[in-house]
Amino acid sequence: MNPQFSWNLVTDVQWLWSVPSVLNAYRAGVVVAVLAGVVGWFMVLRRQTFAGHSIAVTGFPGAAAAVYTGLSATLGYFGFCIGAALVIAYYTRGSGSGDTAGERAHSSALIAVVQAFALALGALFLQLYGGFLNSTSDFLFGNFLGITSADVVVLVAVAAVVLVVMAVIGRRLLFVSIDPAVAAARGVPVRAVNALFLVLLGATVAEVSQFTGALLVFALLVMPAATAQVFTARPALGLAIGVVIGVLSTWIGLAWAFFGNQGTGFTITTLAFGCYVLALAIRAVRTRLRTPAAASGALEGVS
Amino acid sequence: MKNTDTRAAGIPPLPDAVLELRDAAVAVGGRRLWGGVNLTVRPGEFVAVLGPNGVGKSTMIKVLLGTLPAAAGQVRVLGARPGGAGDQIGYLPQRRNFDGSLRIRGVDIVRLGLDGDRWGVPLPFASRLSPRHRAAETRVREVVELVGASSYADRPIGECSGGEQQRLLIAQALVRRPRLLLLDEPLDSLDLPNQAGVAALIHRICRHEDVAVVMVAHDVNPILSYLDRVVYIVAGGAASGPAEEVITSETLTRLYGTPVEVLKAADGRLVVVGGPEAPALHSDRHHSDHGHAHAAAAASPRGFGS
Ligand SMILES: Nc1ncnc2c1ncn2[C@@H]1O[C@H](COP(=O)(O)OP(=O)(O)OP(=O)(O)O)[C@@H](O)[C@H]1O
Ligand SMILES: [Mg+2]
Repeated sequence: MNPQFSWNLVTDVQWLWSVPSVLNAYRAGVVVAVLAGVVGWFMVLRRQTFAGHSIAVTGFPGAAAAVYTGLSATLGYFGFCIGAALVIAYYTRGSGSGDTAGERAHSSALIAVVQAFALALGALFLQLYGGFLNSTSDFLFGNFLGITSADVVVLVAVAAVVLVVMAVIGRRLLFVSIDPAVAAARGVPVRAVNALFLVLLGATVAEVSQFTGALLVFALLVMPAATAQVFTARPALGLAIGVVIGVLSTWIGLAWAFFGNQGTGFTITTLAFGCYVLALAIRAVRTRLRTPAAASGALEGVS
Repeated sequence: MKNTDTRAAGIPPLPDAVLELRDAAVAVGGRRLWGGVNLTVRPGEFVAVLGPNGVGKSTMIKVLLGTLPAAAGQVRVLGARPGGAGDQIGYLPQRRNFDGSLRIRGVDIVRLGLDGDRWGVPLPFASRLSPRHRAAETRVREVVELVGASSYADRPIGECSGGEQQRLLIAQALVRRPRLLLLDEPLDSLDLPNQAGVAALIHRICRHEDVAVVMVAHDVNPILSYLDRVVYIVAGGAASGPAEEVITSETLTRLYGTPVEVLKAADGRLVVVGGPEAPALHSDRHHSDHGHAHAAAAASPRGFGS
């Protein structure tokens, strides 16, 4: 199969979707992008990107160990990512009513230690397995052609569970993320909500890793959400923008990867990064245009 | 929990009291912070909690919220044990300024005070369909207007100044029409005109809507004229009563166990001189041979420069 990109987009899409493995990649991509857009928005808001990254890095030895022991990589991703999330949740449980700078410093050191050890373990398992460079790069940078129909079913099922839980706890999660002390006073179980979110983040990272590879999860987990937060401070609108940017980056990135013979990790990340840079540029222009008006508004606020 | 139940001790609770502390004491991590606090607050009363840094003022608020148990004595809040009537309490924690990069609007923060403890997610466009959601939005706008924050409530809260954030947070504490407001240093981070403005606002709400207010204050002067009562806590002891009885040379000398002098400036402001652990920063124009002016009831150190 040697596809040629044409400017007739309809035939391009028809062509892409006629290849089963590419169709699976598209299906997986939309599921993963929607999930990552929603969970990533909260992760960025809560400033837990470092935790998210570490969870992703532990997914690498997870997948390597699973393959080495003859299990499916999927199992390894979920097991290690959710396990890492639980460890982080346990060690950052704090006082319950606040995440002080001290607690954060402590937890970031811990997370960094976990991360370094995880990479070393992953390298070990791959060496034991026979050091196939191919699978190393798949685990770290993703391989969209490797996704089977069975994988897609698992991805859909896990995403559905995570999104339902997010919908149920959404408002409380927002409250706890922004204002833990007041939320605790209102009877919201702050620690439990924080721990639950980390577990959901672990499951999400495991999903995204299978698509983008462990090192590029942020392409879908951080970039769309960060872009959305540049555009708007409204929660609902921000979530929607993040999801749309994620899905578009994924779909266009897949086509680019397929026709251009590139890795999806590179194409999707580049598109998402482009959106982010564009958003920053738009904001810079907007604030420059608006500055005089904003300044006079601030003066009125004082009186 | 048993000793917080007044009936168990055979003392009938006052029927109209919003807040009752009898001989209450508190300990954090096994260390006793204060004890022997007696206080009754009725609807529409304005009470200040004063004392030096680290004495346990914020801890007292936590006891009233029910997030920390009292070590001894009885505590009743809104006719229940602490924590039992959380939805009728407006709480403003000691701040906590929001990160400059936090991308959430002021109105969203206020809205969380209204329904942030509910399950589910607010659906987009729900406000146009359901009367309950419309009422919620109206209430948020109303309370934002009340604190005078309308012009910046739609901006990301990280971009608001400390004083603007404080007003929005007061709106958040008020949005549920609480019967009791627990405010931990709400005048912190405000300049003098804004301190006066926010103090007057809280007083107005207290009187007009019959809300009881317990305010932890670093400096009593901006609220002095509004106060019904003060609680003055020092390590190991406490005194409560009307401000003119508690913030006196005699009472504070007795509490601290060292000579303390309360001076009244020409403009009516109180300055406490000679407290035991006064940092050098707090010396001011009333500086005398006794030592440095004490922070707790003195004019705020920030006030001196301006
Ligand atoms: N979780 C905790 N564990 C141990 N000690 C604590 C804890 N929280 C507070 N403390 C201690 O309890 C004491 C009282 O703290 P609190 O915050 O109530 O003081 P405060 O009177 O509000 O002081 P400030 O005027 O500085 O706000 C302090 O010595 C503090 O170190
Ligand atoms: Mg305090």
